[in-house]
Amino acid sequence: MIVCDIFNYHMSIDLKTIKHISKLSRISVDEKKAEKLAVDLNSIFEFIEKLNELKTDNVQPLTSVAETTLKLRDDKVKSKNLREQIIKNSPQENEDYFVVPKVIE
Amino acid sequence: MSDITKQSLSELIKNIKDKKLSSTEVTKAFVERSEKSKELNAYVTEDFSAAIDKAKKFDENPNLDLKLPGIPMAVKDLFCTKNVKTTAGSKILNNFTPTYESTVTQNIWNEGAILLGKLNCDEFAMGSSNETSFFGSVQNPIDKDLVPGGSSGGSSSAVAAQLTPITIGTDTGGSIRQPASFTGIVGLKPTYGSCSRYGIVAFASSLDQAGPMAQNVRDCALLHEVISSYDEKDSTSIDFKRNNYFKELTNNIKGKKIGIPKEYRVDGMPKEIEDLWKKGIDYVKDCGAEIIDISLPHTNYALPTYYIVAPAEASSNLARYDGVKYGFRADGENLIDMYEKTRSEGFGAEVQRRIMIGTYVLSSGYYDAYYLKAQKVRKLIKNDFDEAYKKVDAILTPSTPSSAFKIGEKTNDPVSMYLNDIFTVPVNLAGLPGISIPAGHDAKGYPLGLQIIGKAFDEQNLLNIAYAMEEKINFKNKITDWWIK
Repeated sequence: MIVCDIFNYHMSIDLKTIKHISKLSRISVDEKKAEKLAVDLNSIFEFIEKLNELKTDNVQPLTSVAETTLKLRDDKVKSKNLREQIIKNSPQENEDYFVVPKVIE
Repeated sequence: MSDITKQSLSELIKNIKDKKLSSTEVTKAFVERSEKSKELNAYVTEDFSAAIDKAKKFDENPNLDLKLPGIPMAVKDLFCTKNVKTTAGSKILNNFTPTYESTVTQNIWNEGAILLGKLNCDEFAMGSSNETSFFGSVQNPIDKDLVPGGSSGGSSSAVAAQLTPITIGTDTGGSIRQPASFTGIVGLKPTYGSCSRYGIVAFASSLDQAGPMAQNVRDCALLHEVISSYDEKDSTSIDFKRNNYFKELTNNIKGKKIGIPKEYRVDGMPKEIEDLWKKGIDYVKDCGAEIIDISLPHTNYALPTYYIVAPAEASSNLARYDGVKYGFRADGENLIDMYEKTRSEGFGAEVQRRIMIGTYVLSSGYYDAYYLKAQKVRKLIKNDFDEAYKKVDAILTPSTPSSAFKIGEKTNDPVSMYLNDIFTVPVNLAGLPGISIPAGHDAKGYPLGLQIIGKAFDEQNLLNIAYAMEEKINFKNKITDWWIK
């Protein structure tokens, strides 16, 4: 019986996949870095795939170890006039806004 | 003066309360020793002159009822400190100065302590040797070119070298307990939800916890009492009745049941570690506790589970560093190019690796196979502990599978680095408290630690067992001050 077939179809992470993940991660990688990442990620995933040995069909996933329900609070504004604090660490100075490269032509 | 830094936190507090020492004298002594210890590279940011000013101000009108009256303290650079640069060991935060204070550090300052500076750590707490820090590796005061453990490596080095009387670290997979073990000090990872995560640079939010690191169990109990609090600013903070951990500390553990999990006897574990564990069992028996063999059958699956859950959460948490809000930006031809260059230049190799793993396991088509699978196995791991705690009050294991290793020894092999956390990671996955206490030395004279794992919210019992064992072990750290010329 096959426990979880999905593990078998990628087998190894190729350069094309690395470049796809780097796009999704918004981290630029050149050819050399991509090759190194492929080696590292393949060895890590080889190690991770040990989980494949376990049958977990009837196990509920654990999403939080804290077995409490989230507390509700009144929807009241507690902090005001924080603009200066919020933009203080902006790399490009402007007292009113965050500034980014032009988005609309 | 030179004797001041050798005193434990409890001794310093007593001397300040008895007016035998002023906060200024104490602060100056730690500043002086820290300045002579730059070779350890324990600090990322020094705040020494401000610390001395604060100490003088404290002495003008000392409030001696506080729990940490005028005590200087350096903290891990993962805690946001208002108006003091906070880097998380990363280039991407090298220009970031928070406009707010973390709840845990605020609790410390509220009890009279004074910030000495910010301590080095692995970048975004991702590492087991402090070698991933943008600010360079940290020396272990035990021996030259030895890692102090990680990610709280600056913290463990600074406490062991007596540059700070006590400190706080954070622990996502062992980042307090493993460095404590490598440097011969005590480190506690509290129950998830015990200490607020507000203002701590996030790594993996379902696993991260702050905790104390100290020279001994008493000091550790006192600092834990100060930092553990319910906080509405952290939605996973838990509102339970907290003990007066320091006041209620007792070495009477007669009749306590201590579990020994057979799965922690891993292949290739050095004989020294095996012997240390046996000695630990004898100490516990000497204290009048009962030893019970238990099984935690899914132990071997903890690390693979961790290396899905932690990177997945990290990839999501670190998405906020986009070159817009946190001080560092690399120029790009357009917005997307700016994001990609900022993150490529701002993050180090290990952080990029983990963001990539996390992105991959959460990406379309792989979510069920990896992330959901890991969450299910995480449940099985937690069930193992729940089952064990029907029979025992606490569990005794080694803290790490080896003593500290040399700088550079494991940097080329991520998996061998990850294996270092084999005994600590299951505790985070189950959200339990764990403490590492120094318990002996290996043949090279390097310290080795034992870990006690407790039931959720049972830190008092955990500290009591550690306190009783500490008395029997009578550990002496071998620090020669080799780095002071």
